[in-house]
Amino acid sequence: MTTPIRSAAVRWFTPNRFGLAVLLITAYAVIPFAGSDYLLDAVLTPFLALALAALGLNLLTGYAGQVSLGSAAYLAVGAYAAYNFNLRLPGLPFLASLVAAGFVAAAVGIVFGLPSLRLRGFYLAVSTLAAQFFVQWALTKFGWFSNNNPSGVIDAPPLAVAGLSFSGAVGRYVFSLTVVVVATLLGTRLLRSQVGRNFMALRDHEVAAKVIGVPLLRTKLLAFGVSSFLIGVAGVLWAFAYLRTVEPAGFNLDRSFQILFMIIIGGLASIRGAFLGAAFIVVFPLLLSRFGAALLGNVFDSGVLEMSQRIVIGALIIGLLIAEPCGLIALVDRVADKIRRRVFPPQSRPIHN
Amino acid sequence: MFDYQFFIEVLVGGLLSGVMYSLVAIGFVLIYKTSGVLNFAQGAMLLFAALTFVSLVERGVPFWLGAGVTLVIMVALGVAVERVVLRPLVNQSPMALFMATLGLSYVIEGAAQLLWGTQVHGLDLGIKDIPFEVGGVLISQFDLFAAAIAGTLVTAFALFFRYTRTGLAFRAVADDQFAALAVGLRLSRVWAAVWTAAGVVALVAGLLWGARLGVQFSLSLVVLKALPVLVLGGFDSVAGAIVGGLLIGAIEKLAEVYVGPLLGGGIEAWAAYVVALAFLLLRPSGLFGQKLVERV
Repeated sequence: MTTPIRSAAVRWFTPNRFGLAVLLITAYAVIPFAGSDYLLDAVLTPFLALALAALGLNLLTGYAGQVSLGSAAYLAVGAYAAYNFNLRLPGLPFLASLVAAGFVAAAVGIVFGLPSLRLRGFYLAVSTLAAQFFVQWALTKFGWFSNNNPSGVIDAPPLAVAGLSFSGAVGRYVFSLTVVVVATLLGTRLLRSQVGRNFMALRDHEVAAKVIGVPLLRTKLLAFGVSSFLIGVAGVLWAFAYLRTVEPAGFNLDRSFQILFMIIIGGLASIRGAFLGAAFIVVFPLLLSRFGAALLGNVFDSGVLEMSQRIVIGALIIGLLIAEPCGLIALVDRVADKIRRRVFPPQSRPIHN
Repeated sequence: MFDYQFFIEVLVGGLLSGVMYSLVAIGFVLIYKTSGVLNFAQGAMLLFAALTFVSLVERGVPFWLGAGVTLVIMVALGVAVERVVLRPLVNQSPMALFMATLGLSYVIEGAAQLLWGTQVHGLDLGIKDIPFEVGGVLISQFDLFAAAIAGTLVTAFALFFRYTRTGLAFRAVADDQFAALAVGLRLSRVWAAVWTAAGVVALVAGLLWGARLGVQFSLSLVVLKALPVLVLGGFDSVAGAIVGGLLIGAIEKLAEVYVGPLLGGGIEAWAAYVVALAFLLLRPSGLFGQKLVERV
């Protein structure tokens, strides 16, 4: 028998929390020192930015049930808004630009979310494409957004917060990591609040939600706002921490689908699923190209590689939808559960996670 | 001074290109009507059909044989899609099916280009694109030909739906899947037939669009032009697809010519979406869509 105090501590220190702690300690204390610049620059930083975007889309699509096909537009809005805040308000600290860019993206998201008040399902999904095309067009057409660069390209200044420079590969990684951790915590809190429950009620049954008093209009617009806020912040990371030179064409429909695929592959309505899906979509092409080169040598040119990536990713989406509609995270959970049962055999009380 | 002749010319050009949009939209409607799936892979099918045909013809296969072989391949594709993708996903939510077709579009696009290469192919259907004049208005001969083909196809489908047993089965499935199953219709066979029909539409649309734009990857993006047409016309109405296509085509061209210069041009990319959305805010079920309380 355990004492009550110890059992409380044990109960708080669930395997999930233990795993999270290990992950965070590794991410902050091991990777910045052990990881190569290639790993940080080409894998982890884009992973973090896209994971945050996936989390944002998952809030909207996974939790609130409103499918959006225009995520890349909000990435672009975030990136260009932060660039302009930074450029036009010289005294503004970078973190303030980052948050302000998130709010600009949220405002744009709410405007393009307005059709959700009248439309549902496919009609809504199609209407979210309007954001995609309009934003890309506006950023290319109006020179003001890119400080009159003829093709709309922006160069992000070196990253610095409160006098500390984050411009190296490690610095940009740590900065992205911190932003993503904070944003994820906030997102998690939001989902466990009344707002989060409203989102899910809206997704599960709109009429029922309305009957039990969920304010549909406010909830829907809030879902669009919060989601595009997070995606906008992810866009700032994408432009300032990862690529540093971005153009509107980089935020095309393929990018939107990429983010959508992340949450389908990872798992809808799951925060860990968004991260898992992002990791998969970022790492998988790299692995495929390595294996392709190793197995088939020079037969595998870049065109063939890109096409086979498309085929495999598409097939994977179909396969997952058929075999595991809840995404990879459900698979991981099942495996983890089996291991846990082996390592900590269940006592009289079943373990909740 | 308003130039009426120029206005009419733009309008006619818009209407004729609208027919091309309708042609793509009909492929969507066929599948949506009978299986409730918004088939995002329609554009990929279009690309696949056009690319297969062009590659065959370039390798010395005669025109009609090439068209026949492509037709057979599209039939095989339709049956395969039903077998591999749709059947295991029966009873899943329409959104899951939609996402599956997104994946499918990646597979088909990738396969088409892996098979036949990524270079741009020219496609000559043997119709000279020389504009001729009617009452002072220039009309593209090719556009007129495309409109005639589209008209024939639509009439054929309308007659098929109306007068054949298979057409009746299509309508029954569209009306109520469970009732159709209960009276002994084979859902899987109907779906395979519908996807085949959509493949045929994709072939025709692919050839026409391919002759206009060249056969290349961007052909699959024609879907994005057809989506606002669908939103406007209603996902489940062939008539809506046609009227919607004409409207979108005309509005798009007129907006580009008369509103575009005020905004710096290039508004074609989103004007159609804005028009469709504005319309939907007033009439959520589209022009001819079934009036349901909830459309999911």
